[in-house]
Amino acid sequence: MIQSIQVLDAFCPFHVLLSPTGHIVQAGRTIHKITQPVTILGKRFLEVFEITRPKSVLSVHDLCALDGRLLSLRLRQRPKSSFKGIAFTFEDGMVALNLSFGISVIEAVGDYSLSAGDFSPTDLTIEMLYLVEAKSLAMTESQHLNLRLRHAMIAAEEQAYTDTLTGLKNRRALDHVLQRNIASGKPFAVMHMDLDYFKRINDTHGHAAGDFVLQAAADAMLSETRETDLIARVGGDEFVILLAGRTSNDVADRLGTRLIRRIEAPICYKGTSMKISASIGFAMSSEVTPLTAETLADAADKALYAAKRAGRGRVCALSGVPPETLDP
Amino acid sequence: MLGLINRSIQCFVRDYHGPETWDRVVDRARSPVTDFEAMLQYDDALTEELIGATAAILDIPRETLLEDLGAHLVADPHRQTVRRLLRFGGETYQNFLLSLDDLPERARLAVPELDMPELRVHEFTDTNFAVECRFAIPGFGWVLMGLLRAMADDYGALVTLDHAEFRGGGRVRINLVEADFAEGRGFALGDGPAFRESRR
Repeated sequence: MIQSIQVLDAFCPFHVLLSPTGHIVQAGRTIHKITQPVTILGKRFLEVFEITRPKSVLSVHDLCALDGRLLSLRLRQRPKSSFKGIAFTFEDGMVALNLSFGISVIEAVGDYSLSAGDFSPTDLTIEMLYLVEAKSLAMTESQHLNLRLRHAMIAAEEQAYTDTLTGLKNRRALDHVLQRNIASGKPFAVMHMDLDYFKRINDTHGHAAGDFVLQAAADAMLSETRETDLIARVGGDEFVILLAGRTSNDVADRLGTRLIRRIEAPICYKGTSMKISASIGFAMSSEVTPLTAETLADAADKALYAAKRAGRGRVCALSGVPPETLDP
Repeated sequence: MLGLINRSIQCFVRDYHGPETWDRVVDRARSPVTDFEAMLQYDDALTEELIGATAAILDIPRETLLEDLGAHLVADPHRQTVRRLLRFGGETYQNFLLSLDDLPERARLAVPELDMPELRVHEFTDTNFAVECRFAIPGFGWVLMGLLRAMADDYGALVTLDHAEFRGGGRVRINLVEADFAEGRGFALGDGPAFRESRR
């Protein structure tokens, strides 16, 4: 019997030893640490601990009947930590219990400032706490990485859809949004716009001036259109404006004319004043059957050529194109 | 190799020598990346380039740099992560040393992709130890030495260390002069990030 008691002390820092009357006669070092400053020796076990499962345990006699079974316990004093336990009754009526924290060990370690020495050297608790901490760190690192990757992806997508010089969208973006609009079945319209006399600017004043002029034209487009409209630069001096929603010929005409007036305003670069204009062809999605990116582009191009043939610096709607100029 | 290593070189150079110095290292090493991600994989050769470039730019021998890197892993004022995970190995410096045998396995529990050096611990007396290590990075024994020295400070132990080449790797000998020489840095199991979470 004495040897058993000694083994308990050596192997189980969470053990409790009871007299046949249910009083605590010995406890492991960690049980003492947890219950301090209260002295538990001499107290009745059920005064210090409550057995929450099974509910039938009201006295030490009931406990004896549960030898070897898993018990759930709770410390009566704050912070009322939960324990798992198992009991063993000796022949002479003394009872030994071995307790452990279970999954609540993570909280308990902080609550009681436990360290490695409070657990048996063969206990896996320290390994488990290490694992929890290491995994938590790895998880946090991964989450941060995910966030960074997502931001980088969004930035890359932005870049893939942007014309670097003007900040307008590019053909890739246009194709994407065009498909989306066609698939939605909702009405929309496109304007094909070519800058007039632009090549002359490059030839006469150089590419730096040309770039400046393009930027000024882009600004003009941005200021005359809405948030919901898409402006794309699809060629050197070629642009496409996708107008969301139903747009009548009248509205398109007024918008186009305003745009052209803006673009025709003199552009001053390094002391030189330059002038360009623009021709615009306009087509509505409802006017084109079957409606595909190609047929719509063809229609807008026809209107654009008509605008150019009529003298440039003007808007021409598809419906306004003279019938004899519509090619077979 | 996991970016963790390159990232710690980056933090070391940035923290102690400034971001401009790091930019110079990146340049000289012809690194495709300026900001390393701890959890991504990079070319082994790149780590070698970064170490070489850093040693050249800081004008210190490679061994000194590696030793400083090892110490920085533990003593980094901004990050307690490595230091805490190592302290789980033992309540005393001796127990910590003995736990180094398990370190590679423990590390892989947390991050399976982590390449770890081979480590072997010898205990000659309760104050005389040797740790052998072998790793893809030549001279890694110096990193180990810096790390062991910083951990001794952490535990408040007074030690003398020396390093020798050994069987293609390195061997650090540790003489524990006094286990409780100084206060050291406290370590509470309940102080880690996971535990602070559970308190919310």
